[in-house]
Amino acid sequence: MKFGVVVFPGSNCDHDAFYAIGNVLQKPVEFIWHQSEDLANCEAIILPGGFSYGDYLRTGAIARFSPVMKSVEKFAKSGGMVLGICNGFQILCEAGLLPGAMMRNSGLRFICRHVHIRVEQTDTPFTNAAQKGQILKIPIAHSDGNYNCDETTLADLDKNRQVIFRYTTPDGSDDNAGNPNGAVHNIAGVCNRERNVAGLMPHPERAVECALGFSDGLVIFRSMVEALVGAAKATA
Amino acid sequence: MATASTEIRVTPEIAAEHGVTREEYARIQQILGRDPNITELGIFSVMWSEHCSYKSSKVHLKRLPIRGKLVVQGPGENAGVVDIGDGLVAAFKIESHNHPSYVEPFQGATTGVGGILRDIFTMGARPIAVLDSLRFGEITASKRTSEADAAKNRRILDGVVRGVGSYGNCFGVPTVGGEVAFEPCYSQNPLVNALALGIAKKEEIFLAKAKGIGNPVIYVGAKTGRDGIHGASLLASAEFTEESKQKRPNVQVGDPFMEKLLLEACLEAMRTGAVVAIQDMGAAGLTCSTMEMASRGGTGIEIDLAKVPQRETGMTPYEIMLSESQERMLLVAEKGREHEVLAVFKKWGLDAVVVGHVTEGGIARINNNGRIAAEIPAHPLAEEGPVYHRPIAAPAPRIQTEKDWFAFAPEGTNLTANFVKLLASPAIASKRWITEQYDTSVRTNTLAGPGASDAAVVRIKDPKSGAVKRALALSTDGNGRWCQLNPRVGAMHAVAEAARNVAASGARPIAATNCLNFGSPEKPEVMWQFSETIDGLAEACTVLGTPVTGGNVSFYNETLGKSIYPTPVIGVLGILEDASRVLKIAFRNEGDLILLLDGAGPIDTATVGARYIVPSADTSRREFSSSEYSKTIAGIVAGEPPVIELTAEKRLQDCLVALAAESAVQSAHDISDGGLAVTLAESCFASVVAGLQTGSFSLGASVQFDDLSPAESVLFGERGARAVVSASPSKLARVLKIARQYHVAARELGKVIREGSFRIEYRGSAVIESSVETLRDAWANSLERTLTAK
Repeated sequence: MKFGVVVFPGSNCDHDAFYAIGNVLQKPVEFIWHQSEDLANCEAIILPGGFSYGDYLRTGAIARFSPVMKSVEKFAKSGGMVLGICNGFQILCEAGLLPGAMMRNSGLRFICRHVHIRVEQTDTPFTNAAQKGQILKIPIAHSDGNYNCDETTLADLDKNRQVIFRYTTPDGSDDNAGNPNGAVHNIAGVCNRERNVAGLMPHPERAVECALGFSDGLVIFRSMVEALVGAAKATA
Repeated sequence: MATASTEIRVTPEIAAEHGVTREEYARIQQILGRDPNITELGIFSVMWSEHCSYKSSKVHLKRLPIRGKLVVQGPGENAGVVDIGDGLVAAFKIESHNHPSYVEPFQGATTGVGGILRDIFTMGARPIAVLDSLRFGEITASKRTSEADAAKNRRILDGVVRGVGSYGNCFGVPTVGGEVAFEPCYSQNPLVNALALGIAKKEEIFLAKAKGIGNPVIYVGAKTGRDGIHGASLLASAEFTEESKQKRPNVQVGDPFMEKLLLEACLEAMRTGAVVAIQDMGAAGLTCSTMEMASRGGTGIEIDLAKVPQRETGMTPYEIMLSESQERMLLVAEKGREHEVLAVFKKWGLDAVVVGHVTEGGIARINNNGRIAAEIPAHPLAEEGPVYHRPIAAPAPRIQTEKDWFAFAPEGTNLTANFVKLLASPAIASKRWITEQYDTSVRTNTLAGPGASDAAVVRIKDPKSGAVKRALALSTDGNGRWCQLNPRVGAMHAVAEAARNVAASGARPIAATNCLNFGSPEKPEVMWQFSETIDGLAEACTVLGTPVTGGNVSFYNETLGKSIYPTPVIGVLGILEDASRVLKIAFRNEGDLILLLDGAGPIDTATVGARYIVPSADTSRREFSSSEYSKTIAGIVAGEPPVIELTAEKRLQDCLVALAAESAVQSAHDISDGGLAVTLAESCFASVVAGLQTGSFSLGASVQFDDLSPAESVLFGERGARAVVSASPSKLARVLKIARQYHVAARELGKVIREGSFRIEYRGSAVIESSVETLRDAWANSLERTLTAK
């Protein structure tokens, strides 16, 4: 089992994702430089948060043309597990590996705070260790997290159960009140139809230790580990 | 191609336009043995500007304590460096970017943050935290501030906050703390002081000292443009006039993405072992970096401007040397290994060009296409600039009688309404609306972000293994109002409060950095304020064991002849030996006891119910008239800052550190702006507890005690050396024992309660009584309401 964390110029949560996997989960992990087309036999790829290419033009718009993204796309198409966090989510949308697009937060400001998200689906490699309906407390830190898509896509997302995380209040009673950025249908994270590619705006890698006050993000990485273990068993 | 500007004949008049005095011009002629050309004049003018040369402050700064057993690098380098154990060091420094932030708030603030970050990673340290100390004019209309001014101040605040956030967020460093204050005097001259902290291995610290004759000098980073020319000399070293708005082109433009690349590339280049010295191009750009590197190394330097990457065509040597384009570095590599360095920058997609080499003999020679554009002895330029003993004169004493002072309410008055008003005042209200625009948690080290603890606390991951043992705490503090009333005592309070905040997080204060914001040094009364401030800082830093490791002086903070309050802002750094023992301000459990710790209290009766020596009624009114409550409730700013007893501060701080080390208390929060009542309320607000059935709720407090002073003085007075802690009843004896050991009075005030109510009973009557939610609403939302009002 090996995780790969892609480093784009301007990625700044790459170290955090690396630390969460390598130090907290104690699983093998390595950095993958954006100009490399070699994914170094990693079985799960993480596109970390940050400001790849300075967010110039549009968040994620330039990063999707990085050489590494050709390989990530191939990897994803062949069923490989890819998780995009924050800027990584934006890149996956730009690359067409996930549906939808990001707009500027409805309040037009950068927001950094803890939000609550509900796990909507558990039959994905990113949520299989969670309970359906489980509420996770995880920080967000972004200017452009206002997820949007057209009505048809939205209907598809619902039909295929692709919305895997939704913003909500701490007790899960009022999703609209828990939505920090205006995202349509309070969507915080989605997966593709095949369920092997997912993206979310909150930062699970910042919520993996009680020392920092929050460990709810662990369940996402544990799910990925379990999925990889399961896949290894299936092959063996 | 010869450029027109090199042919301008320099006269004393042209020198005067550069801010160079007649005497300084004569000195330039003496150093060169001839008249300078225009480029040389430009170089001298920026190097000898107040901003770069400290010519008015130097003689005073010498009085600051700079030595300490943990100090690895004191003032004079890009940042101060202290030993934090296990082979690691912390580099930290605070700097101002005041004038640019008034002229262009967003870019002024971004480049302020960018500049201080570069200072840190130039030392080889990876930045792990930023704090911002911001001061603006009043943001609500009042007797002293018109609605138009208030609206303008809100716009400046908005631009500055966006700028600070935009740079730090993109760069990937958490903005974990700082302060935001408001006074009418900052209306035409906001203060934007940014502090950055970085971590490095002790043996991998880099200095800006050119070494090795023949070693190549390499320019890296952004291309040079015409922005920011004379930022340091004209913008930062002169007061504001009506025309200052036209200096917008003198403000630099920041690009945090470029800086992030520069950070990664510089740290990677340093790891090759081929880098000999490195210096960022901040104020006075290429001039300052070349001249200072040569001067410090006792060498010469020769560069060719034609090789400098340029953003615009037709730039003159004058413009290239004086440009303050951001995100640039100059480094010296080991001869023969320059390709290793260049390869790293190529990998990160950055310009890196050998522009010259280190020479023998101390001359800095600037060539341009085969012609000598400037030829100056580096050391005399950098180190033998003018030093002024500016005249000092104390202002006429203020005649104040008791009519000018705050009059206390009669005994038994219910103060709840005043308290709500105080909590909602911009100075006291929650700064959440601002701090949420900053990324506070990137790098996953933030143990206590804004408002969680009295200081910002970040843990230290070992750069190799990631293992965590210690944490660092940082606080920035200043009180312009107090310094205006008494600069020496006000400065002491600034140090004491910053150190107290650090101690209240459980960390031991070890070093300080200072940002000294003042009016024009050409005014004797401003120099008096400055001199008094230095004496106050020196005394406080000595007693509290926090040597000054660096910082910056910002003079000429005045507009149309009116100075700001003298405003020293102090950053204190502390070490927490065990990162798991951070003290936070939040009450934790129902039934915990609330205690008041007082370093100046009578320890022989340091038990429950001890009484205090009460200052005379006059002293108490005079002191109270300088409080936040007096300003907010009565509109009175007068009197004197509270008397300060530094040894009492030290005792309290040592006691707090001991309480944290033994995990004896559940929470700690010092008493400062707004006094005891605000401290208690904030500990309630922070205590959001997740209820199983009820969702989340806050704990409350029920406090009752007696004293001799009027209720307002006791509840809202801001005398230092005090903190409120909460402890479980089973730990009470332990807390009292530790307090006694440190000669700190500990007095039981009341209890943490579950029902969300807040009640203070004083001398038998309930002086404050409210639900926590009512108080919280005033405190938590007022700033946002003010700032987002249309």
